[in-house]
Amino acid sequence: MAVPGQQFARIAVVKAGLLTTVQDLGRWGFQRFGVPVAGPMDLVSHRAANVLVGNAPSAATLEITLAGPELAFEDAARFAVTGAAFDIRLDTASVPNDTTVRARPGQRLLFGRCRRGARAYLAVAGGIDVPLVLGSRATHLGSRMGGVEGRALRPGDLLPVGPSDEHAGATPRSRPTPRALPVGGARVRVLTGPHHPRFAQRSVDAFSRERYVVTPQSNRMGYRLRGTPLTVLEHGELLSTATPVGAIQVPPLGEPILLMADRQTAGGYPRIATVITADIPVVAQLAPGDWIEFARCDQATALRALIADERAVLCQEDG
Amino acid sequence: MKVPLHSTADASASLRCSSVKYSRYSPSSRLAGRALVLACEERIDPVINDRAVRVASAIRGVRRQGVRDVVDSYAAVTVHFDPVRTDVTALAHDLEREARAMEGAAVDVARPSQEVLIPVCYGGARGPDLSDVAAFGRCSEAAIIERHAARVYRVYMLGFLPGFAYLAEVDRTIAAPRRATARLRVPAGSVGIAGGQTGVYPVEAPGGWQLIGQTPTRMHMPERADPFLLHAGDAVRFTPIDETAFHRLAAGSGRPAVPA
Repeated sequence: MAVPGQQFARIAVVKAGLLTTVQDLGRWGFQRFGVPVAGPMDLVSHRAANVLVGNAPSAATLEITLAGPELAFEDAARFAVTGAAFDIRLDTASVPNDTTVRARPGQRLLFGRCRRGARAYLAVAGGIDVPLVLGSRATHLGSRMGGVEGRALRPGDLLPVGPSDEHAGATPRSRPTPRALPVGGARVRVLTGPHHPRFAQRSVDAFSRERYVVTPQSNRMGYRLRGTPLTVLEHGELLSTATPVGAIQVPPLGEPILLMADRQTAGGYPRIATVITADIPVVAQLAPGDWIEFARCDQATALRALIADERAVLCQEDG
Repeated sequence: MKVPLHSTADASASLRCSSVKYSRYSPSSRLAGRALVLACEERIDPVINDRAVRVASAIRGVRRQGVRDVVDSYAAVTVHFDPVRTDVTALAHDLEREARAMEGAAVDVARPSQEVLIPVCYGGARGPDLSDVAAFGRCSEAAIIERHAARVYRVYMLGFLPGFAYLAEVDRTIAAPRRATARLRVPAGSVGIAGGQTGVYPVEAPGGWQLIGQTPTRMHMPERADPFLLHAGDAVRFTPIDETAFHRLAAGSGRPAVPA
C-alpha cells in the first residue's frame, strides 16, 4: 500500500509502437458537453488485465495496437497482458498472455509481432497514474484529452505508476478466462437500427448477407467498412442525437461506419443497425483487411449476452 | 402548443427510435440494452428542445444508481446506463413521469438559462468563407456580418467536439450549406455556418462549416470546475470586433465574455 513520501514506480517508453494509449473505463458524465467517452476498445480484456494484477476496476492500462511498444521498467513491477496475442519478451524470456508477471528494475518489455487480434492491454499493479481529466485518465485523441497530454505515447515518455498492494491479484480460482480471438474476420450480432426503414430493401439484404471489410481508414473513432454501398431512400435531414458504441451509421456515399470507443457524442447520419455491446470486444480485435458479417438478433439475446459477460468479469473484480 | 414526448428505448445498443414511436415503453424495450431514448418530434424547435433540456436536467437530479450519462440533443434525451446496476423499469418510469410533467407545464416560451455575448472578428483570414457566404446570400460581406450578429441564438445541444455548441436558427438568407469538402484544420475559435446552424470550434479540428470569423473567447476552459462556456438552453449573441480588439481580448487570458 501507499507509504507517505514513497516515490512511486515509473515506466520509460523506449519505442512507442503504432498506437499506444492510456485508457480506463472512460470519461462518462460529460457527453452533454460534447465530451466523448473514449476508454478501451476491448473493455473485457482491459478489465481482465486489471483483475490479474489486483487493480481496482477504475485503474488505467495501456492499449497496444497491432505493432507494440518497447518499455523499460525503472522500478520493480507486476504486470499482465491480455487481449491480442503478441510475441512478448521480458528481456529474453517469453511472456504469455493472461498471466501475472514480475519485472525487476531495469528490465525491458518488448512487444514483437501481433499474431492474432489487434489490441492488447498491459495492466501494471497500481495502474498508469496519469492525471485525471474530467474524472478519467482515458486518452481521447481527437480532442487531445486525458492520457499523456491527450496523445499516443512517444519515445521518452515516463509513465507514473500508482501505489499497489503487493499481495493483491487474481488467485488461480478467479483468473479471467481469455476469450477466443477472431482469425481473419468475425460474425457479430446486431440489433436493428433506429433508421432502418429509411434504407432500400436491397441494401438491408446486402447488409445482412454480405461480408464487409475493415478498411485502413479505421481507427478508435470508428471502422469504415468496404462492401456493397447502402442506399438511403428517405433523404430528409436527421437531427443529431446521442450515439451509442456499436452504432453503424451510413453517410451519403453509402459506406458504413461502425462507431467505436472514440466516437463523437452525437451524430446525424442514418443508422442501419447497432452491434450489441457484448460483441464490441470482438470488433475491437479486428484489424484492417479483416472481414465482418452482421447477424441480426433480438434485444433479449443482446441483454443476456451482456449480462453473462458482466457477471463473469464482475465476480473477478469483486472477489 | 402541444408537443407529445414519445418514449422509446435504445438497446446496447439501440432499439428503434424515430421510426416507431411508442407512447409508452413496451415491457421488452424496458429490459433491453444500456440506453433509453425519449424521442420527440424531429424538428428544430425551441419549445421541444426546452422540454428535452428540462427532462434531462430532472433525470440527472434523480441520481438513480447505474445511470452513467444523460445526453440532451435537439429533440431527444438519451440516458446511458449500466445494465447490471440499474433498475431500468424505474428509470423508464422516471423518464415517463418527467416527460408528462413537462407536457403539462405551461411553457410557451423557452426561456434561456443565461445569455452569453461572444465577440467575433469577421472576415479576412479569420473568416475565409465570408465571401462565399455573401455569394450565397447575394449580398455584401457587411450584410452577412450584420445578419449573423443581429440574432439571439439558442444553444440546442453540444456535440462533435468538447464544448462545441449547435446554435440556431440562422437567418435563412445567410444559411449557406456545409462546404463540399471539409478542411483538415479549422483553427480554435472559428465561427461557422452550416445551413440553419452556427457554432464556434472550441479546439483546432477538421471541419466542413463555412467559416465567417473567429472569436478570442475560449469555449473550453479545462482548468475550471465547470469547464464549458455554453450549456444547452443558453442564449448566445455575437458582436463584431476588429483585429485590435481581437488581440486585446485574446491576450486577456481568454476570460469568458460577460453578458452585455
